[in-house]
Amino acid sequence: MLENVRLSFQGIFSHKIRSFLTMLGIIIGIAAIIAIVSTIKGTNEQIKNNLIGSGNNTVKIRLCQGEDEVNFAWQSVPDGVPVITDEEKKLISELEGVEKCTVYRQHNYVDNIYYGGTALESATIYGIDDTFLATDGYQVCRGKGFSPKDYEGFSKVCLIDQTVVSAIFGSDDPIGKTLDIESEPFTVIGVVAQTTEFEPVINSVDDYWMYNQMDGSKIFLPSEIWPVIYKYDEPQNVIAKAVNTDSMTTVGKSTADLLNEYLTTGENSKFAYKSENLLEQAQKMQDLSSSTNSMLIWIASISLLVGGIGVMNIMLVSVTERTREIGLKKALGARKGRIALQFLTEASVLTSIGGLIGVICGIGLAQVVSKMAEVPVAISTPAIVVSVVFSMAVGIVFGLIPSVKAARLNPIDALRYE
Amino acid sequence: MSDVILQLKDVDKSYYIDKMPVPVLKKVNFKVMNGEYVAIMGPSGSGKSTMMNIVGCLDKQTAGEFIFDGVDIAKCHDKQLSIIRNAKIGFVFQNFNLLPRQSALENVELPLLYAGVRKSERRRRAKEALARVGLEDRMYHKPTQLSGGQKQRVAIARAIVNKPRLLLADEPTGALDTKSGEQVMDLFGELNSEGVTVVMITHAMEIAERAKRMVFIRDGELFDDDRQFHHEPHISSPVIDLSKEGTDDEISEQREETAAE
Repeated sequence: MLENVRLSFQGIFSHKIRSFLTMLGIIIGIAAIIAIVSTIKGTNEQIKNNLIGSGNNTVKIRLCQGEDEVNFAWQSVPDGVPVITDEEKKLISELEGVEKCTVYRQHNYVDNIYYGGTALESATIYGIDDTFLATDGYQVCRGKGFSPKDYEGFSKVCLIDQTVVSAIFGSDDPIGKTLDIESEPFTVIGVVAQTTEFEPVINSVDDYWMYNQMDGSKIFLPSEIWPVIYKYDEPQNVIAKAVNTDSMTTVGKSTADLLNEYLTTGENSKFAYKSENLLEQAQKMQDLSSSTNSMLIWIASISLLVGGIGVMNIMLVSVTERTREIGLKKALGARKGRIALQFLTEASVLTSIGGLIGVICGIGLAQVVSKMAEVPVAISTPAIVVSVVFSMAVGIVFGLIPSVKAARLNPIDALRYE
Repeated sequence: MSDVILQLKDVDKSYYIDKMPVPVLKKVNFKVMNGEYVAIMGPSGSGKSTMMNIVGCLDKQTAGEFIFDGVDIAKCHDKQLSIIRNAKIGFVFQNFNLLPRQSALENVELPLLYAGVRKSERRRRAKEALARVGLEDRMYHKPTQLSGGQKQRVAIARAIVNKPRLLLADEPTGALDTKSGEQVMDLFGELNSEGVTVVMITHAMEIAERAKRMVFIRDGELFDDDRQFHHEPHISSPVIDLSKEGTDDEISEQREETAAE
């Protein structure tokens, strides 16, 4: 076998131009596929990073009614949903894959917020404990955070994010100013921002809305003060920070399962804790982009098919050219299998070299595409391996007919051939 | 040793051109004993190449029986024929048939490769065979770097490397000058004296005279008697007459046979 491979290299290098032209079809096909796959992978990683944020790995587990999140700004508290105890919190943080967790309450689309005469529209209000900011990846960038005293003393203080600052304070320093939230005065003591600088790349209008929604005004209150303006027995949501991005799905699910065991809302109620699965959302978006791009892969495969036919053509010519050699080898006792194997090896060595060159060209092409079209690319190792193996298979498939033809040559006809 | 190495009994061979059978060999009877040195002589078109193909197990006869080393060749499969050719027959061709991109050594190793001999052993035996034909200093040369005589000696080394029972040469001096031809013929003589059976096909009298026995083939008929051969009046200008009356009878006979099958 090694002998055959060596002979194949010898044969290929003795006809350099011909071999190169034969490989060209394979080279172009593989290069196109590698470039496309790299672009798809690049886009997918971009989507994943956009949605999940790189390095944060947090999953929100929220109480839902059916498919929708329960918003207690408008809804009353359902029976049978207990407040999450410290003990449950401890159980959650001991789950596999959970780094830490925090419990919080949340009201969406709150309009009853004023600074002087200026109204803040559609803000999200969070009632947070002392672990929330660290877990969800926030840091105080101006002013100060909540002190233990703020929690114990039911201080009417709040933290706001940059969106609130620019929406109602403008150029004023917000620290020390008073916000009227649900008709109660709260003193702004700090401004928070997300630690990981999260800059989603916006490619479409859909993307824009998705990130815009995530980027709305946020106001944080200490959890202890929550019952003053809202209800004391309101159910909480949980944020679990997973140890890595891939365990986010399982962490979300196991946390939701744990919380659901404490629900006593009855069999037929539609209340349940559900994890917001960003990974799944990302996958859905990736599938969409992949399915458009997989059409391109099919088109590139046609080029591989054409390349394969080119290889077959040249191998048939080669068999005719080397009729005497085949005849001689048969006369010397070479069996059919050996002759066929020799030509099969030659065809697959030829296409494998073509595949390797194609991979190199494809990586280069992907870089050029990323520079020119400003799309991210990521080189996929499995794609490279599959490409080379596939090009080898192309050689075997399209080398089959020429090999069988060679093996079937009658030795006397072959020897007599001039 | 006087055992029979090959025997042809009433062997017929026809080729089909546009489905019409063209008889090439007619009722050939031929027997070679172990250690013999036989020259098959005949003009071109006489059927001697066909004869060589059948004796070399490259082709099968249309009718009759061919026993090689005790094996009925007509009953052998392709694979068995390959093994017989590889192990028991050494071929020497007029135009050498060396692989141009391989060194002399690699060319000589080829039959051993097909016999499944291990690499180190192949090397050793190929070197031995090349030394036997006096080319130990040309082992790593490509055929293009060798003279015609040297090429033919490489081919002979290739033919004897498997220690075959029969050395089959088809016009081995046909493409050589007189001096190289002499050397090659000397080599055949030596190999025969060492016990290798040699069957040589040639049309040159001075080459054939080196053999211990000569047979003559003309119009597909073999005369296994050198006296008869010497009495033939038209050796140098044979008349090839394909439209002989007897031929038609044979054709119809064969057609009946085919129909019966």
